[in-house]
Amino acid sequence: MCTTCGCGIGQTLIAGHAIQRPRKPGGEMHYRVRGEGMTHVHPHGHIHDPIDSGAGPAGTHAPGMSQARMVKIERDILAKNNDYADQNRRYLSAHGIFALNLVSSPGSGKTTLLVKTIEALNGAQPLAVIEGDQQTDNDAARIRAAGAPALQINTGKGCHLDAHMVGQAMQQLDLQDDSLLLIENVGNLVCPAGFDLGEAHKVVILSVTEGEDKPLKYPDMFRAAAVMLLNKCDLLPYLEFDADLAVEYARRINPTLRVIRISATSGEGMPEWLEWIATGCRNTVAAKQLVA
Amino acid sequence: MHEMSIAESVLQIIEDTARAEGYNKVKAVWLEIGQLAGVEKESLRFCFDVVTRDSVAQDARLEIIETAGQGWCMECACNVAVTARYEPCPSCGGFRIVVTGGEEMRVKELEVE
Repeated sequence: MCTTCGCGIGQTLIAGHAIQRPRKPGGEMHYRVRGEGMTHVHPHGHIHDPIDSGAGPAGTHAPGMSQARMVKIERDILAKNNDYADQNRRYLSAHGIFALNLVSSPGSGKTTLLVKTIEALNGAQPLAVIEGDQQTDNDAARIRAAGAPALQINTGKGCHLDAHMVGQAMQQLDLQDDSLLLIENVGNLVCPAGFDLGEAHKVVILSVTEGEDKPLKYPDMFRAAAVMLLNKCDLLPYLEFDADLAVEYARRINPTLRVIRISATSGEGMPEWLEWIATGCRNTVAAKQLVA
Repeated sequence: MHEMSIAESVLQIIEDTARAEGYNKVKAVWLEIGQLAGVEKESLRFCFDVVTRDSVAQDARLEIIETAGQGWCMECACNVAVTARYEPCPSCGGFRIVVTGGEEMRVKELEVE
């Protein structure tokens, strides 16, 4: 287990079932087409290397002499995750699906905001939700109660969703063409910043009950996000939180960050957020038609 | 960030290359880690030792090359050194800096036999 954040492997569950976690990269991903059964592939990568004593740099072997050599690799450490993310992104764009990765600390009001967003869209916009939490199915149940299909990924000891988990969840969800996919990441402002899931944008949620300087304390996440939702703004009169300062700090990290002041409870800022989503959905569908 | 996931990804790259290139023992590994990549080097060393146990890279020496953070200051319209994301531009004191380098995390080279 990681001594920094406690993350580990082997305990990831999607809707309560163990994830298929290949040690080696798989072949093409196969998604369930609406109305069809599940398809799957068995990747087989066998390379049998003979013992070749002449494979050293000198092309020969002398007893007792070292065969040490240098191998240039130059590979990105997160390349495997990025490959899965690219597969997800290709699938999403080919199907006109606008995907958002919602990230924040625990307790910023992500799930409540999602529930209110789903209620406001009120069936007018087809959507699905992937919920990431270490344990429990509570959040997916809340989303389903709000009327949207939702799948829960339990990361066990893991501190973030990765592109492979999301790809598997996408296969299990019956994603509609030209829809919206909302991915609620594990509540954590550190690790999810580094893991591309194939989403169009990361949306970071900061609530006014946290500190104004959180963007400075956790800069990677605010840098990776395209939008910051400043949530629980209805509580501002009761707090000493300086909203302008929080926005200034966030823009120090990310000068192009779009900020929407919002309250899931009072509805303040919701029209701007919904309009931003609608624009994203329209553009994604238009881009798909352009390619087709 | 989460050094255990990173150490596991490094080992996967080493094992994939071992199958392709046909070596049985890795003596040293060179990583290139940017100053702004969010990786704690000491934690990564610890995790690397743990995940490489009983693998081709057991007891391999880990060399970490740190690359400097770089950014583009929109006010000064020039490249500046960035040591942390929240730091101002060293010449104008502004914060309109776009990071252009120092975020890389790469496996560069291996010494194998």
